[in-house]
Amino acid sequence: MEILNDMVLYLPAIIIALAGLIVMMVDAYTKNTATIYTVSVGSLVLALAAAVYGLFLPSAEIFYGMATTGGTAAFGTALVVAATLFVVVLSREYLTGINHNFAEVYTLILFGTVGMIVLATASDLVTVFLGLETMSIALYVLAGIVRDEKTGIEAALKYFLLGSFATGFFLYGIALLYGATGTTRLAEIGLYADAGLIYWAGVGLLLVGFFFKVSVVPFHMWTPDVYEGAPTTITAYMATAAKTAAFVSLILILERAIPLAVEQWSSVLVVIAILTMVLGNTVAMVQNNVKRMLAYSSIAHAGYVLVGLAAGTAAGYSAVLYYLLAYTLMNIGAFGVVAYYERHKGMKFNSVDQYAGLGYKQPMMAVLLGIFLFSLAGIPPFAGFIGKYQVFAAAIQADLIGLAIVGVLASVAGVYYYLRVLVFLYMKEGTEEIELTRAGVPYRFVLLLLALLTIYFGILPGGLSELLTGFYQGSLYSVAPLP
Amino acid sequence: MDILLQIVIYLPLLGALVLLAARTDEMVRMISLFVTLASFALSVPLMLNFDVANSHVGQFMTETGPLLAGLDVKYITALDGLSLLLFMLTTFFGPIVVLSAWTSIRKHVKGFFAMLLILQTGSLGVFASLDLVVFYVFFEVTLIPMYFLIGIWGGDGRIAATIKFFLYTLVGSLIMLVALIYLGFHAGDAINNGVFTTDWRLLSSPAYQIGLVEQTWMFLAFALAFSIKVPLFPFHTWLPYAHTEAPTAGSVVLAAIMLKMGTYGLVRFCLPFFPNATEAFAPWMGALAVIGIIYGALVAMVQKDVKKLVAYSSVSHLGFVVLGIFALNTMAVQGAIIQMVNHGLSTGALFLIVGMIYDRRHTRMISDFGGLSGVMPVFAVFFMIATLASVGLPGLNGFVGEFLILNGAFHSDVLNSFWFTIFGATGVILAAVYMLWMYRRVMFGPVTNKLNEKLADLNAREITLLVPVMIFIVWIGIRPTHFTQYSEHQVTQLLEESRQKSASIMQAARADELPGWAGKFYDITQEFASKIGEE
Repeated sequence: MEILNDMVLYLPAIIIALAGLIVMMVDAYTKNTATIYTVSVGSLVLALAAAVYGLFLPSAEIFYGMATTGGTAAFGTALVVAATLFVVVLSREYLTGINHNFAEVYTLILFGTVGMIVLATASDLVTVFLGLETMSIALYVLAGIVRDEKTGIEAALKYFLLGSFATGFFLYGIALLYGATGTTRLAEIGLYADAGLIYWAGVGLLLVGFFFKVSVVPFHMWTPDVYEGAPTTITAYMATAAKTAAFVSLILILERAIPLAVEQWSSVLVVIAILTMVLGNTVAMVQNNVKRMLAYSSIAHAGYVLVGLAAGTAAGYSAVLYYLLAYTLMNIGAFGVVAYYERHKGMKFNSVDQYAGLGYKQPMMAVLLGIFLFSLAGIPPFAGFIGKYQVFAAAIQADLIGLAIVGVLASVAGVYYYLRVLVFLYMKEGTEEIELTRAGVPYRFVLLLLALLTIYFGILPGGLSELLTGFYQGSLYSVAPLP
Repeated sequence: MDILLQIVIYLPLLGALVLLAARTDEMVRMISLFVTLASFALSVPLMLNFDVANSHVGQFMTETGPLLAGLDVKYITALDGLSLLLFMLTTFFGPIVVLSAWTSIRKHVKGFFAMLLILQTGSLGVFASLDLVVFYVFFEVTLIPMYFLIGIWGGDGRIAATIKFFLYTLVGSLIMLVALIYLGFHAGDAINNGVFTTDWRLLSSPAYQIGLVEQTWMFLAFALAFSIKVPLFPFHTWLPYAHTEAPTAGSVVLAAIMLKMGTYGLVRFCLPFFPNATEAFAPWMGALAVIGIIYGALVAMVQKDVKKLVAYSSVSHLGFVVLGIFALNTMAVQGAIIQMVNHGLSTGALFLIVGMIYDRRHTRMISDFGGLSGVMPVFAVFFMIATLASVGLPGLNGFVGEFLILNGAFHSDVLNSFWFTIFGATGVILAAVYMLWMYRRVMFGPVTNKLNEKLADLNAREITLLVPVMIFIVWIGIRPTHFTQYSEHQVTQLLEESRQKSASIMQAARADELPGWAGKFYDITQEFASKIGEE
């Protein structure tokens, strides 16, 4: 019976996994993309409802300590499912536009999402690995779904090779941690953490694997090429849902498996955060390709998230969750508008010069892009500002004032390149003849919803921040070892 | 009454949303004018009902619960002596700015007025908010519409100008944000049971005292942000670009309202929060202000472009305001506050006037004009009044502020040297030189350029929008107490409290007990101040 109860708590992943199987069957027999799309969206809506419900359940261990529910994990699940839902709706119109609306895409996205949920709820290193790989393999294929383009194939191959390499590090880390502590359960590793050499080597390798997935400097090399080569909505999926899952899992690991050691290695996070913010933002400044620019910007945003993690406090973790939400909303939004422009000329419409004068052609799209970019830049009254505010506040509270100063200065560089897109959109005369067709209703609806949420969470952050802080009330997570 | 303040603040924003439904450009203009007029009309009862005797207490207060979990950040808006006049100045300029853009903006009319209205709400919010985080949000929000106003509707160099404007301001304000967060936690630990707070009333209360080292750092961060916004020499380089490239309406808002956010911030935040640092740095800030006064005036003198000349005159005039603030006595600070309003009126009027002539001739070069007084007599009168107000002719508003500031600075214990006044006063003389010289070259003499012979004089719309400004220029000049009374009580109390606060902090920690470099820095500052005094 217990396993059944656990499965109810794990409903989001189960619904999506089933939907993935159905989609695969439908694809094999009828090739009817409309049905496939409906099943995907329907299952994601159901899963989202289950995941949101899960937010308000108490934190508990399920599947004999392999996974966890409630709190951080539930928030990660809800966010991943929501992001996937948005991406699927956007993908349909975009992929049809570039003539690549394959059924495989939906199957892969659904299975990838299952992997992300497993990752975001894992409380055992084995489950972490399981989730990470399920997610990654789906993403490797998705990155190369546009198989008649060189850039697409390059993206997939690069991602796959480097990704497998990182997986190797990750596995080795797990092995060493097991060797040092004799367990793979996060909470037990935390109890047995004796800070010996093997333990720290394991932690280091584990983190390298994570840093690769969330693309922070110096493990970011793959990001620009992959983000550029992949179809834009898939890029949005990789940049938001996958990163969210990895960061949520990282929080769970940091909070449980390396709990008392914040002091000793927060300086590592500080250094990496600084490198990431500075490099991501400065390199983004010189990019002419909007997708590449957003890729570097997403590297920089990973740096801001690390600022919150480096603080290592309850405030820091809840700030990171808030940041991930804001980041997901605005990034899917920005990529969504970019994808909208892009599909008018196949996949060859990404240079910022080509955006000249577009602001007046489909005004609503440009205004939405403006909102997302200002939010990414961290200008109030948008969600991105509240996110930044909270991570920097957490850092300052943890006496990391220098880190906060570097962070805000790096974000000034960030503002420059976001503004640059707006300069082209609104302040330059268009040179290229291009007729923009109106986007479909679902497409516009999703973007509008994202923009409204971006504004809502920028003006009234109270309720959500209440919920998130509630996850970390009292002492940080602790659990008795299994008998 | 409390709800009225909210209506005044958010009405323009609502108007901006309504604009989306407007179909014709004419409708857009009418809606904008109606909304700004209504906002102004509704703000008048606020001024009339303002309790002058209690100007140190926030009035028409709206206060909500915490906006963020675990942090005592609340939406608090109210008007008090420091903010009332600037708030009124903002609502007053709303309809004027809309009218000034009536015909000169031809492309993307809807967007233009929407941006103006959003900017209006942002500016009103800046002056009304009594919580630092809320203040910061409004402070930043104003950047977005101004960025578009300059960038889309500006002159040829608009893109570089608008990016420079945006980034410059942002660097300052982000560093301020770090200090602000630190301050919030510090204040929380000290007086709010460990809960982060940015409530101005708590932070400025005598009970909250900050150690010298923290004060120094936070003062520097806040002062940097506001100095860039003012702009104080040597942070002024963005201003001439932004002003020159901005459309008339943008320049007017920038000069009349947005620059005041800097000086306003110095008075509202630096003075009560960091009294010791303010005193220690007062001579430095005063020196920069005086350099700005003279430098701005000298550079203005050699400008060939009327608009650039007015922009540099702003640098010079705002130097007076900063000097007044850091003289730290009632007279000077009162002068600074009224001078903020004065500068808004006279420089705002000058930008309006420059815009009117630009609309007719599409040039602003002094050399393209000459002899306009014969062609455009009505224009000449308005231009003359605005010029003389800017110069500081007794009987007009500029004189009042400059007199109070210079007089206050002369007697200032903190500046402790009459050289500030002497050098500052040369700025008044230089102002007369560059303004009157410019006026002569543009308006008098023979008409040298044939294109100027048939210029139309001001039309009814232009006269309508200039007359109210002129009325206040004269009114403040003749009866300054009608306006200075609003801030008098609060300024007196603010200075008194911060003096006591600084004395008690000083007693708690003498400068030589400070760790290492911080103590040295304090010694140097004090020494510098006393040296200037001796000379």
